[in-house]
Amino acid sequence: MNTLSESLALAAGLVTHFDAHLVDIVMLSLRVSLTATFFAACLGLPLGAAIAVGRFAGRPALIVVLNAMMGLPPVVVGLVVYLLLSRAGPLGSFGLLFTPGAMVIAQTILITPIIAALTRQIVADAWAEYREQLTSLGAGTYRAAMTLLWDTRFSLATVLLAGFGRAIAEVGAVMIVGGNIAGVTRVMTTTIALETSKGDLPLALALGLVLIAIVLLLNAAAHTTREWARARFG
Amino acid sequence: MAEFVTGLPIELSKVAAAPGGVPVLIDIELVFNAGGRTVLLGPNGAGKSTLLRVLHGLIPPSAGSIAWGDASTRPHGQAMVFQRPVLLRRGAADNVRYALDLAGVRGNEADVRIAEALDEVGLGALAARPARVLSGGEQQKLAFARVWALRPEVLFLDEPTANLDPAAARAVEQIVADIHARGTTIVMTTHNLVQAKRLADDIIFLHAGRVTERTPAKEFFTIPRSPEAAAFLEGERL
Repeated sequence: MNTLSESLALAAGLVTHFDAHLVDIVMLSLRVSLTATFFAACLGLPLGAAIAVGRFAGRPALIVVLNAMMGLPPVVVGLVVYLLLSRAGPLGSFGLLFTPGAMVIAQTILITPIIAALTRQIVADAWAEYREQLTSLGAGTYRAAMTLLWDTRFSLATVLLAGFGRAIAEVGAVMIVGGNIAGVTRVMTTTIALETSKGDLPLALALGLVLIAIVLLLNAAAHTTREWARARFG
Repeated sequence: MAEFVTGLPIELSKVAAAPGGVPVLIDIELVFNAGGRTVLLGPNGAGKSTLLRVLHGLIPPSAGSIAWGDASTRPHGQAMVFQRPVLLRRGAADNVRYALDLAGVRGNEADVRIAEALDEVGLGALAARPARVLSGGEQQKLAFARVWALRPEVLFLDEPTANLDPAAARAVEQIVADIHARGTTIVMTTHNLVQAKRLADDIIFLHAGRVTERTPAKEFFTIPRSPEAAAFLEGERL
C-alpha cells in the first residue's frame, strides 16, 4: 500500500469516528472564521453600500484601493496584526497575541475588503437599475443604501460565503498571530501545515478532507439558496 | 383628492438640460397648472423623457430655472411611473408600503391605503405575491398601485403602456383616468397617438429639444400649428 492510500484510509477513519482531537480543531476553525465573517460583514456590507451609493471626493481612488485590497497577502496581514498586538505594540496591553481573538482580528482584516468590494459592485449594479425609482419615491442616500442591501440579499449571501471561504482556508495570518498552539489556536490549516512537515499525513489529510467538504457544502448551500430565491422572489 | 397642494403650478423658465453632457432640452418655457392631462409628443430623441425627469426633479436643469409652486426644490406630492417599473424584491403590498413609509404614511392609514390601491388596480388577490415574479402587466399595475396610494398632486408617466399588451394597456389607461378623476394632474409621454387622443387635454410637441407648440388636444390632431408636428402626424398616418 502506498503512502497516499494508507494515509487516506487512516484519515477516513479519523473523520468517520469523529476523532476528538480532529473535532476540536474543526470547531475552533469554524468558530474563528465565522466570527471573523460576522465582523467583516458588519463592516464590509455598509461600507460597500456607502461607496456604491454615495458621491464624495476620492471615491474612484477608494474603489481602486478597495479592489486592490482584495488581494491582501495573508502573511502581511498577519505580520501587521502581530506587530499591533505584540507586547511592545500599540494594542499589546490587551494580551490578545496568540489567542483566537487575534486570529479573528487578522481574518476580519483580511476579508473585510473582499466583502466590501464585492458588495460595492453588486449594490452599484442594483443602484443603476433602482436609482431613478428610489429617488422618485424620495429615498435619501442612507435609505437607498439600506434598501439596496436588502434587495440584493441573496447575492450578498454569496459574498459572505466567499469571505468565509477565504478566512477558513488561509494559513499565513493565523499561523503568525495565533502561534499554532495545540488546543488553543491550532486550526485546520495550521494543523495541516504542521502535520505535513512532521510527516503525520493521516491527520493532515483528514483535515484537508473536512476543509474541502466544508467549502463544497457552503457552495452547494449558496447555489441552492440563490436558485430558490430566484424562483421565489424573482 | 390629491393630498398635497403646494407643488403647482410648475413653471419652467428658459430651461435647458444636458444629462451626461449631451444637450437634450433647449430654452423650454412652460407652465403646468392644476388638474390638466398633458401629453408630451415628439419623435424619438426629441427630449420628452428628459423633460419629464426635469419636471420631476430627477435631472437638474443645466440652465434656466424651475419652480414648483412656491418651492425651488421638488416638493412631496409628485410621483412618477416609468416605462419599465422598478419593483423591490419583496411582496406586492410591501412595495406599496415602502413608498408610503418614505412619504411618512404608516400604521393603520398605510394598511387602508395599500388595500385600496391594490384593489383599484385589480391586484387585491396578489398582495402577498413577490413583486418580481408578477407578469409585466401586473408589475406595471403594481407601480400604479404605488402611486395611487401616494395620492400625488402631480403624476408623471413615461410611456407607461409601451411594454404592455393591448388589454393591460387599456387597464392602465383606465387607472390613469381614475387617478386623474381624483384630482391628480397628469403629465405623460407616449408614442401611441390613439392613446394621446384618448387621454390628453392638451399636447406639448417637442422637436430636437425644443417645444414647437402647445395646443389643446382636439385642435392638435386636426390642425397642428407647427410644421414639425404636422410632419410628425403625417408620418404617423403614412
